[in-house]
Amino acid sequence: MEHHSVIIIGAGPAGLSTALALCQSGAKDVVVLERETQAGGIPRHCGHKGFAPYKNFGLMTGPNLASLLREQTTGLDIRTSTTVLEFTLRGSLRVHSTQGITEISADKIVLAAGTRETSRAARLIGGNKLKGVMNTGELQQRVYLGGEHPFRRPVIVGSEWVSYSTLLTCRHLHAKPVMLLAEDGENAAPSYFSFGARLLGTKVVRGAKLIAIRGNSAVEAIEIERFGKQQTVECDAVVLTGKFRSEDALYSNGYLERNGYAPAVTDGFKTSKPNVYAVGNVLGHLETAGLCMAQGRELAKVLFP
Amino acid sequence: MSQRFDIAVIGCGVVGLAILRRFAMAGLKCVALEKGADILSGASKGNSALLHTGFDAPPKSIELQCMQAGYFEYLDIRQKLNLPLLETSAVVIAWNDDELVKLPDIREKALANGVTDAKLISQTELRMREPQLAKSALGAVLVPGEHVIDPWSAPLAYAHQAIAHGAEIMRGAEVTKATKQEGEWHLATPKGEVTARTVINAAGLFADHVEALIHEPDFEIKPRKGQFVVFDKPASKLLRSIVLPVPTERTKGVVLFRTIFGNLAIGPTAEETDERENPINDTATLERLKATAIAMLPALKHVDVTAIYAGLRPATANSDYIIRAHKAENWITVAGIRSTGLTGSLGIAQQVVKLYAKHFGKLPKKLPAAIWTPVPNLAEHAIRPYMKGGEILCHCEWVTRAEVAAAADGPLPATDIGGLKRRTRATMGRCQGFYCAAYVTSAFDKARYGTP
Ligand SMILES: Cc1cc2nc3c(=O)[nH]c(=O)nc-3n(C[C@H](O)[C@H](O)[C@H](O)COP(=O)(O)OP(=O)(O)OC[C@H]3O[C@@H](n4cnc5c(N)ncnc54)[C@H](O)[C@@H]3O)c2cc1C
Ligand SMILES: Cc1cc2nc3c(=O)[nH]c(=O)nc-3n(C[C@H](O)[C@H](O)[C@H](O)COP(=O)(O)OP(=O)(O)OC[C@H]3O[C@@H](n4cnc5c(N)ncnc54)[C@H](O)[C@@H]3O)c2cc1C
Repeated sequence: MEHHSVIIIGAGPAGLSTALALCQSGAKDVVVLERETQAGGIPRHCGHKGFAPYKNFGLMTGPNLASLLREQTTGLDIRTSTTVLEFTLRGSLRVHSTQGITEISADKIVLAAGTRETSRAARLIGGNKLKGVMNTGELQQRVYLGGEHPFRRPVIVGSEWVSYSTLLTCRHLHAKPVMLLAEDGENAAPSYFSFGARLLGTKVVRGAKLIAIRGNSAVEAIEIERFGKQQTVECDAVVLTGKFRSEDALYSNGYLERNGYAPAVTDGFKTSKPNVYAVGNVLGHLETAGLCMAQGRELAKVLFP
Repeated sequence: MSQRFDIAVIGCGVVGLAILRRFAMAGLKCVALEKGADILSGASKGNSALLHTGFDAPPKSIELQCMQAGYFEYLDIRQKLNLPLLETSAVVIAWNDDELVKLPDIREKALANGVTDAKLISQTELRMREPQLAKSALGAVLVPGEHVIDPWSAPLAYAHQAIAHGAEIMRGAEVTKATKQEGEWHLATPKGEVTARTVINAAGLFADHVEALIHEPDFEIKPRKGQFVVFDKPASKLLRSIVLPVPTERTKGVVLFRTIFGNLAIGPTAEETDERENPINDTATLERLKATAIAMLPALKHVDVTAIYAGLRPATANSDYIIRAHKAENWITVAGIRSTGLTGSLGIAQQVVKLYAKHFGKLPKKLPAAIWTPVPNLAEHAIRPYMKGGEILCHCEWVTRAEVAAAADGPLPATDIGGLKRRTRATMGRCQGFYCAAYVTSAFDKARYGTP
């Protein structure tokens, strides 16, 4: 069986910065497996500014950060279009590439698979099945990678800072959000974000719950409940932002112990399996790219002191 | 210019397509007319996909006959069409003493319906079989022959086989008028006029409207909605059997079952509704379904919801299927195929062809040689295309670019993302498109229209 000293699953900011730091400190035989055709992770399709490699927020765009990361890691063994399908019972990885499926093992495995937003289905939002309901992830791929104009008057649901990223995408599209619906949530963004939203001309509605999405073939309106009263709001799309949860496909079967919906880790990013580590947004929160990269550098020190 | 056929089937749900297949394989010149942009635009789009034995069907009903004939034909042809079978068995579970005393009757009915391997199992046997079930399960009737199939690939395979035998399928072809001239039906559709000697009304949720095109219908479709909640893949490891409730006077109750795509689902509810298209899910019902599932299978508490959907049963006031030849009119009505039509469709087709041969015309003496048109496998437990390599586009369901391109091609290409989903599983998984929807859509558009 193919064997390596370190395998990193995911070539986003966290995985790439781990790989880079490991190689800079002299580690050999580090392999990064990435299922997309290109390394870089989520920032590849966040076409707006707000990224920085060494601090939380900065003035780089996502794609700029992603290409900086690719540049810095040229020469490393990064295998794109390569999907880790699962952990096998003996702790190796079942890996899919364009050639087929193989099994690969490693002394140390780093899970850097990132996060995704909670879907409409998982939020149990009622109404019809319609075109025009999407997460920010899908929206930004459509807009920044596909050059699409998916809507003109969306409602944006969510009050985490990522909602602001959606607003910036709307501005890029010259679309006019009908409102930003801030449901009562745990991760409400600081008030300067809603100030920012207002600066962009978007009404912020707090304390409302999205009940249903309606339309015939595409979104026509949503129903919301606020202070016990139902209300209909016309719009042509709904962007469901935030409520990030760890991309758990590789461990939701119980392979790693969980803490809520993320892998349980002790300090040093150690999971419940002795040779498996987890880093970056797979830990369950939406942190900035800069912070995930800092985590990667820290993890490298743990792996290769 | 009008096109002439022996048979025109109105409606491309699973029932219409199975009928089309039978007639085409018998050597008749047939066409199916579908108002939707794609096949499976009605009731057949969202169901539980259980292959029923008929153990609990009304005794001596046409429904029972069709289900059992359909069941056996499905098993007989499925390998030649590459259609899957997830052998699960079902358990009808008693959750309290009132239900426990009803189990023997359920078994008796099964025996009377010819399902002779149905048997009572004790609480201990049940726990050995289903260790994850809530401890309040007291006992069950085990029905070994109940299984899970693929709700979309089966009708798609029937359609392909019909086409291979010379049938035509016209989509976007709503029949809006039916007139008879010189012994032939002239059917008006937006795609032009179609002429046929015999018409089969298999319009599902609109069968009464289509019937009204030629005479006052003696039935009315009263749609009954069923909502579902689908859990993520790890949930399917928690259960082997289909878990059925003991039916009450009022309702058959909801079912907990593994899906052919490797998930676990709960549903359907049974709600009277006026909706005939675009069934609506409501949050309160979904929350209730989810809670019910967790009550039956406590470990589900830690599993995410992957999908929600709803389907509409084309029910009538009649308790049985309506399959009737209108002799004077050269018209066969197939209506009220409520909640067992996926299983029953092949059996219904047998009956309809018999009715035709009896009243309307001889079948060609020599059967053409059967042509088999295997469809790509979507079942999680069987070999799937990605296993041989290729570029994966949909990361949750492991759907390859080649599969997306194939679904956009051939004699019955998908016309939209819904159709693509039903042919490939793309975007059906836990992320519901967060990662891949944009890539999948552009790959589909490129394959279909040549433009990204
Ligand atoms: C809409 C949005 C806006 C944002 N805006 C900003 C901002 O302005 N500034 C900022 O600093 N941060 C921003 N972020 C956050 C930033 O994108 C994340 O912090 C960062 O991408 C996290 O890095 P990561 O490596 O942990 O995960 P990701 O970037 O998600 O990378 C994970 C990688 O793992 C791969 N992968 C997953 N599973 C597998 C598998 N089984 N096999 C192989 N590969 C796999 C994925 O394809 C992906 O490439 C934003 C995020 C979003 C969603
Ligand atoms: C919630 C639920 C769960 C179910 N579970 C199961 C199960 O587990 N097992 C099982 O065997 N069965 C099950 N069923 C039953 C099964 O899905 C139905 O019996 C079956 O789909 C009915 O098919 P049909 O072809 O008669 O109707 P439809 O699928 O409705 O097909 C009719 C077609 O006709 C078209 N049409 C309508 N009017 C016109 C017109 N004027 N011109 C042209 N075309 C027209 C429609 O667009 C539609 O595509 C379930 C059903 C539901 C709703």
